[in-house]
Amino acid sequence: MSKKAYPYVLIMPSVLFLLAFFVYPFLQVFAQAFTHSEGGLTIAHFETIFYDFNFLPSLKNTLLLALVVVPAQLCLAIGMALMISKMEKGRDTVLYVWTIPLGISDLAAGIIWLGLLDQNGFINSFLFHVGIIDEAQSWLNYQNPWAIFAAIVFAEIWRATAILLVILVSGIGLIPKEYYEAAEIFGANAWVRLWKVTLPLLRPSLQTALILRTLLAFEVFAVVMILGGSNMPVLMGEAYNWAFSYRDAGAAAAYAVVILVLSLLFTLFYLRVLRVPKEAQI
Amino acid sequence: MKMDTNNQRESEPTPDVVANYTSTKKVWRWLFISSAAFLIAWVLFPIYLLVVSALSSADVVNGWPKSFIPEFDLETMTFFMNYYGVLAALKNSLVAAAFTMIISIGLGTPAGYALARFDFWGKEAFRMIILLTRAFPMPLLALPLAVIFIQVGLDDTLFGLSLVHASLALPFAVLITASLFLGIPVELEEAAWVLGCNRWQAFYKVVMPLALPGLTASAVFAFVISWNEVFAAAVLTINNQTLTAFLVQSLSASPAEVKFAGGLILILPALLFLYVVRKYLFSMWGISNR
Amino acid sequence: MIKKIIAPILLSSTIASMSALAQEVIFYSTQANPLKEADAMRNDVLSGFSGKVQFLPQEAGPFFSRIEAEARAKSVSLGVLGALHGHFPQINSTLDGIDDVINDLPAVQANNALSNLGKLGGAEQKYIPWMQATYIMAASKKALPYLPSGADVNALTYEELAQWGENLKKATGKPKLGFPAGEKGLMHRFLQGYLYPSFTNSVVTDFRGDDAKSMWKWFQKLWVNVNPRSTAYNLMQEPLLTGEVWVAFDHTARLKEAFDQKPDDFVAFPAPSAKAGRGFMPVIAGLAIPAGTPDRAASVELIRYLSEPEVQIKTLKATGFYPVVDVELPADLPANVRIAGKAIALQANSSDALPSMLPVGLGSLNGQFNKIYKDTFQQIVLRNADVDRILDRQAKQLKRIMNESKAPCWAPDKASAGACPVK
Repeated sequence: MSKKAYPYVLIMPSVLFLLAFFVYPFLQVFAQAFTHSEGGLTIAHFETIFYDFNFLPSLKNTLLLALVVVPAQLCLAIGMALMISKMEKGRDTVLYVWTIPLGISDLAAGIIWLGLLDQNGFINSFLFHVGIIDEAQSWLNYQNPWAIFAAIVFAEIWRATAILLVILVSGIGLIPKEYYEAAEIFGANAWVRLWKVTLPLLRPSLQTALILRTLLAFEVFAVVMILGGSNMPVLMGEAYNWAFSYRDAGAAAAYAVVILVLSLLFTLFYLRVLRVPKEAQI
Repeated sequence: MKMDTNNQRESEPTPDVVANYTSTKKVWRWLFISSAAFLIAWVLFPIYLLVVSALSSADVVNGWPKSFIPEFDLETMTFFMNYYGVLAALKNSLVAAAFTMIISIGLGTPAGYALARFDFWGKEAFRMIILLTRAFPMPLLALPLAVIFIQVGLDDTLFGLSLVHASLALPFAVLITASLFLGIPVELEEAAWVLGCNRWQAFYKVVMPLALPGLTASAVFAFVISWNEVFAAAVLTINNQTLTAFLVQSLSASPAEVKFAGGLILILPALLFLYVVRKYLFSMWGISNR
Repeated sequence: MIKKIIAPILLSSTIASMSALAQEVIFYSTQANPLKEADAMRNDVLSGFSGKVQFLPQEAGPFFSRIEAEARAKSVSLGVLGALHGHFPQINSTLDGIDDVINDLPAVQANNALSNLGKLGGAEQKYIPWMQATYIMAASKKALPYLPSGADVNALTYEELAQWGENLKKATGKPKLGFPAGEKGLMHRFLQGYLYPSFTNSVVTDFRGDDAKSMWKWFQKLWVNVNPRSTAYNLMQEPLLTGEVWVAFDHTARLKEAFDQKPDDFVAFPAPSAKAGRGFMPVIAGLAIPAGTPDRAASVELIRYLSEPEVQIKTLKATGFYPVVDVELPADLPANVRIAGKAIALQANSSDALPSMLPVGLGSLNGQFNKIYKDTFQQIVLRNADVDRILDRQAKQLKRIMNESKAPCWAPDKASAGACPVK
């Protein structure tokens, strides 16, 4: 077998797999977004959703959430991964605890955080026990969009930082210790070592983690629905509603295409910004 | 601060400097421990409160103010344990998750290796297609998938369901392994070739052990994705429903105490799984410990 | 190696499910979905059925997807479908005609108004009425002292409801009215079956009339006294039980837990009235058979079983939905049925009762019809948009839906020859 064929042999199984279980159904739905119910090309479905009251708010909410949540999670995850790598005792216990939210679905996370933030929830109860408030306060409602936004941000950071953490931890372990020792000999302090050694060498993992997390952030849905209610639309929720409440498969597919385009744009952006030049590879 | 200590280390240490050095170290240590402790509490406390709610009677769940100590009322939890089909659904979930792990790692590792080690025509296109699987809402794909599955006889089988879950987990498996293989020096492999290994042996004996943490991470993702996926599971199975499909669809319409207890039941097995595999996330702790 | 492990499991699970298909009826339902109701359906209602039946409750999304997928693949495994009147038009083409079944069930057929709904505007019977409910009001007893003077809770007007809400806010400092305006709430039913008929004696034709305009302005004002968390309420039993809300409107089955858990704390009462009368609306759930079902005789048998008077009473106990056949209700009913039952009777028999029919003939546009009302509410009441502008815009959409579906008017709108007109 020629050396040139190696990569194709290696990716062939997953390509075939994806063709069958993703690309084929995907093309059907994708085509739906651009075809009339009687056949023939149309952009009517996009007109339907662009004309809808909730399109712009849902686009805005989704983007805003991703732009706030993902960078915050990235910083937190880098910090946590560094702490893990510095730990001597109890490392796997701490890592276990920090990865726990990974096992928690978005719906369960929504239930957990609603239990905390609700009018009769634990946070209000705590404030009551220590005497800050006299009775249950309702602040998680549509008249305080920023409170709802903050609640969703907290819940999302709590739930989904672990995705980044696991990817970064497995990447950080591969950075040779000699690099740090060398840096230390040249007098680099911890901050300089972070920026000049760790982060550059972590770039492949950072790229992977950021892309995956951002794609998932564009599909945020259950947490927003539970904490935010109906006046806090997001793209994924609208896609779901058009598919199953309003029963317009074309419009739902159009929403899915919007999500897809956003994801593509951000992915290309990360691929460019965090490109791993061949010569920089270890 | 740290800069100072580093520079001064070269010169003759005066007692004053030594004291300064150890006290900064202490401050750092204290900061380190307290922020680690804070983050541990940040993760665990909400879960603890879920346990409190799950172990409370309906009256307490709806009551005010809430107590932070569980009352150990097991009524709602017992209801779940006796609920028709919970155990079968639990078994189905585990089987589907196991298939998902096998398929996604089996397919993803070679592809990740190809992305990391070779430059080939179509590489970027392949990478994008892999990513797109996560950029399109599953609930919309479930209908065409179900049509195919019914036609080819994969419908209502756990294996068929795990094929769908594997397509969701595959991007994680491919990209994580790719980024890890990128981090493993190709010289290590080349050394193995020189020593008489063929390409496969070099991969198997040298690269794989180093990549084990990454493979474990991929396995973790495959497990939790399969475990938590609701929509495809609800549409593609009838007699073989997974626990998530079985419970989640009914939770949102159920009263608060049932929601909390159901939430706890849904996350417990995933937590156990994470606990079991946790040490493999480090098993080799990179090459840095040589 | 892996293949050796997988193949036997794969094979055995396929065979197991195939053999299961042959012997039991799969009863796929969007109703009785809450866990405890599903449990009661299996243990109390279906346990007496002579054949084997598997009850699978499901949310509307997967429910529709599964049925559509089976129809497209031309291989059906489902036996009986249980869903709401509004669900069926959207899967109409996948349903078997069941004239033979309804003709065999004189007790169900006797209620003509109901059983005709099951034709979905066509000539053939598509579903058999299964059970019914309606929407009522519920209040915590703590709220009763704040009723406006002279108001009778059982014959309330919307003006009095507004005053009540204001009194409650003054007394407690908090808005204590509540509506199910969440993502899965049934707010649109309040607009279609209660507010619009009561204020305008219409739901489609006078969508943007002067009465409708003043109604929306009234609703905007009322909303000041409504708990703003309402946009997240899906089932009003929850905020009633926590005490966040003292007075609420919802589907009887979605108030059920409150009455069952604290029967002494809550009262149920009819919806209020306005100048056109006391509008109210039924909820009808039905049973259908998908075309190409594996064992049609068994499916028919199950529908027949579920229509038996004793089974209808068991269903009432399990789900809080009332029988569709004439039957004497026993004394040992759960608290929710006792409490809600009285309010339902008062609502239907009040002197100014104004029953709304369910829309027929909207077909797959049913969901978009609901969206019109949801969106109008969201824009006018939640986002304080201009009433005239929004009503004009939404009326255009409504007209489009009516013309596309050619649905004739239903009560309280006057019967129309063709598509129901929008003024």
